[in-house]
Amino acid sequence: MTIISLNKDNMPVVREQDVVPFRNRVKEYAVRIKMGLVNQTKLITAASELVRNMLRYGNGGEVLIEIVSRGRDNGIRLTFTDKGPGIADISLALKDGFSTGKSLGLGLPGTKRLVNEFDIKSELGKGTCITIIKWANG
Amino acid sequence: MITIQVDLYDRLALDLEADIVKMVSKTGAQGILIDISAVSIVDSFMGRIIGNIGVMSKLLDAETVVVGMQPAVAITLVELGLPLKGVYTALNVEKGMDLLRSIIQTEVDTTEPDEDDHNIAE
Repeated sequence: MTIISLNKDNMPVVREQDVVPFRNRVKEYAVRIKMGLVNQTKLITAASELVRNMLRYGNGGEVLIEIVSRGRDNGIRLTFTDKGPGIADISLALKDGFSTGKSLGLGLPGTKRLVNEFDIKSELGKGTCITIIKWANG
Repeated sequence: MITIQVDLYDRLALDLEADIVKMVSKTGAQGILIDISAVSIVDSFMGRIIGNIGVMSKLLDAETVVVGMQPAVAITLVELGLPLKGVYTALNVEKGMDLLRSIIQTEVDTTEPDEDDHNIAE
């Protein structure tokens, strides 16, 4: 089934201080489609992980927030785009406990567990684009 | 006792970590109670800060109890793969205080030298 985008909003995230307003915007959207509290929390946590990665490794970037619909389901789609160095080995980056920084290495694999759909594209030297979808009752 | 009333961004969380550890050292506090009931998101960074506070204050002979975690936050933390080991948790402030008292009390009771101490002394 095709996914239709109903409402979109672009938000640049270039400084750490942009993170909390960004999270609040995601929450607003989630509330608008009547997403339950647990799913909201999962979505915002996932968003927070990805936005931190974008700031730390990709020197900031842009996030596209969309309300999407597939048949009867409504959901939130977030697209994180940065023009950073890219990820050399995506399957390695998706492994629990792997990190090139000093973190716990939970960001990407953890995020994948928290959302319904997860797609990552990255090209060395060009940047990274990650798309996630959380359905309202998914 | 610390209550976190807003969603922190990373810099603020790091400052909080440093402030708490400094205060423990300055005041000789034996227990730290962190109320996160107003925190709607605990991601891997925030989780790591909370864990760090627990470990750092333990090194300074203080125990940390985290109270008031929202159910949705608990569900998310486990799915994320971050079970927050190393810190004690309690449902609310009252229970957290009771827990802190009992932890500190048992520590005082068990300060008699045990076999390991003798070995080191020899």
